[in-house]
Amino acid sequence: MAGDFDTDVLVLGGGPAGTWAALTAASGGARVVLADKGFCGSSGATAAAGTGVWYVPPDPAKRQAAMDSRDTLGGHLADPAWMARVLDRTWHGVNEIAAWGYPFPLDQDGAPRRNSLQGPEYMRLMRRRVKGAGVRIMDQAPALELLVDEHGAVAGAAGVYRQKDAAWTGRAKAVVIATGGCAFLSNGLGCNVLTGDGYLMAAEVGAEFSGMEFSNAYAIAPAFASVTKTLFYNWATFTAPSGAAIPGASSKGGRSVIARWLQRGAVYAQIDKADGATQATMRVAQPNFFLPFDRAGIDPFTQRFPVTLRLEGTVRGTGGLRIIDESCATSVPGLYAAGDAATRELICGGFTGGGSHNAAWAMSSGHWAGRGAADHARASGPVTRRAVHRSGGAALVGGGGFAMDPQALVRVVQSQVFPYETNYFRTGDRLEKALTVLDDHWHEARRASPAARSEASKAREAVAMLATARWMYRSALARSETRGMHRRLDHTGTDPTQRHAFASGGLDKVWVRPLPPVERAEQGLAA
Amino acid sequence: MIELVSTERCTECNICVQVCPMNVFDRVAGAAPVVARQNDCQTCFMCELYCPEDALYVSPHTTGIEPVDEHALADVLGSYRRAIGWSKPARHLRGNDRSYQLLPPA
Ligand SMILES: Cc1cc2nc3c(=O)[nH]c(=O)nc-3n(C[C@H](O)[C@H](O)[C@H](O)COP(=O)(O)OP(=O)(O)OC[C@H]3O[C@@H](n4cnc5c(N)ncnc54)[C@H](O)[C@@H]3O)c2cc1C
Ligand code: SF4
Ligand code: SF4
Repeated sequence: MAGDFDTDVLVLGGGPAGTWAALTAASGGARVVLADKGFCGSSGATAAAGTGVWYVPPDPAKRQAAMDSRDTLGGHLADPAWMARVLDRTWHGVNEIAAWGYPFPLDQDGAPRRNSLQGPEYMRLMRRRVKGAGVRIMDQAPALELLVDEHGAVAGAAGVYRQKDAAWTGRAKAVVIATGGCAFLSNGLGCNVLTGDGYLMAAEVGAEFSGMEFSNAYAIAPAFASVTKTLFYNWATFTAPSGAAIPGASSKGGRSVIARWLQRGAVYAQIDKADGATQATMRVAQPNFFLPFDRAGIDPFTQRFPVTLRLEGTVRGTGGLRIIDESCATSVPGLYAAGDAATRELICGGFTGGGSHNAAWAMSSGHWAGRGAADHARASGPVTRRAVHRSGGAALVGGGGFAMDPQALVRVVQSQVFPYETNYFRTGDRLEKALTVLDDHWHEARRASPAARSEASKAREAVAMLATARWMYRSALARSETRGMHRRLDHTGTDPTQRHAFASGGLDKVWVRPLPPVERAEQGLAA
Repeated sequence: MIELVSTERCTECNICVQVCPMNVFDRVAGAAPVVARQNDCQTCFMCELYCPEDALYVSPHTTGIEPVDEHALADVLGSYRRAIGWSKPARHLRGNDRSYQLLPPA
């Protein structure tokens, strides 16, 4: 078949995590193919948004301070050894990017400043490097399902070309899932390609998740716009329709107050605490922040504008595929995970990885997963063709009888995951109710007939979102306390006996189980 | 959402068709691409950055179709590309990221 290929390492997703994975695997001599649903270089959260990076010099005091900074916010779940490793790898990774020609700015003293990456610039450079390393890039080619061999090891993936009526099947000795998080089509900047596709594919071969309760990150955006860049709201005043300032509302530490007010009516913001010099700096620091305002004719420094909170799910949450070792292997042989597709609890605990940690994680975990996958491929030797089969379920195989309506299913999932009263402020009752709806729809989706090739990508996105919502709420139900971004109104305190992660997984029957607590030395990051 | 493919400016290179993460455009033989799936547009502005002719306009509104007047937009077309230093006269802006002055210190 025209769309068939054979390779050592197949990388799914071409954001920072996928491009780092592809580069590292190729530099070790592996043959690498990278498939992206959109376009490697413009697709994903980083390309459109840009990121601050956890770039900290190798000075022990500074590194320790960086590790301590979010430990309390994260509910003391992060693993100090992983944080140290990521800080170290990120330092090297960013310096490599500089050596490849990324135009980092110099400060007044002529020193390079490397803690911010402009998305379009960074991802255009990564695409060039990946191509230069001999990786074959397949754009507009969403993966739909994984291939497994007779022992259950992952042996490739299959997908479609969206711009042709054609399918592809790629055999590989190892696969890296770097398909990003799941933001539930909430129209956050660059995030509608992130529908949890990789989670679903991985779960279908038996992979496990960790931290899926930490999946309710909500970002501030102008109510009419997609731009979920939140840094500048640190200079904002939030007001009620009357014009009165809302007590306690702020971007950091007061976002739940904004959610509360949004439940009752409109909330406005104005970036009124930035002086003239700061305003000018903001304009050159984040041109994309100003696009909605300039185009809608609003001056955000002198005029107030309505804001909303868009659900970013696991993109700026921390849940994802569970990593079992330093090579970013999942619990399934031959399958690796990187970036937002993987759990970021290891370095963030239960608090958002946005602002710095996520970018560092994408770069580091991508590097390790690429190396791990290449090593795995090499160790498998020159395999004679294995008997492989497809592992995809919902929307790809099914009893038939009725056709699934992906759009209607997306609306159902959104109706259960968007509302602040269900997802931001959680209670056991509401989670149970939402799960009843979601579980019913899952079982119905399983009975629907397989989607036609032209519809398959959208149908899989809908069921991936549905599955993600179920891991998220089952985990949220299991964690009967408040910790990190997970907030239970019926368990407002933090329970010292729950200072551990929860693993989850399963499709027709979703399961959750506690993981052993992280061992921590009592000095340094003691809780 | 994407609101304009300027047939006056477009040279039919089809780069936008390739780079749109949401696969919103369709190629048309011998003509400018069309916005075939506007409702899929995620308002990410990436197509504007990649269009070499500044022929595209993305409205900031995530919903609701609003017809635009190309000539009234003359100053806006290409403005994002200039702001990040991706058009020739603005190249110096590429290395001008001042985020380090605003991010919390490491
Ligand atoms: C507005 C915003 C601002 C942010 N700011 C920061 C910040 O300042 N600092 C920070 O650390 N983090 C920040 N983040 C988070 C950061 O952007 C992400 O953590 C990072 O992009 C993760 O990289 P990734 O490669 O895992 O995923 P992504 O960059 O999202 O890329 C995933 C890729 O997978 C592809 N894909 C999806 N499904 C499939 C499929 N089925 N088949 C093939 N390919 C597929 C997508 O098309 C996409 O190209 C921000 C996020 C947002 C939304
Ligand atoms: S990228 Fe610009 S010039 Fe090229 S086809 Fe698209 S609109 Fe036309
Ligand atoms: S704004 Fe983004 S999603 Fe919309 S057409 Fe342009 S590139 Fe595609």
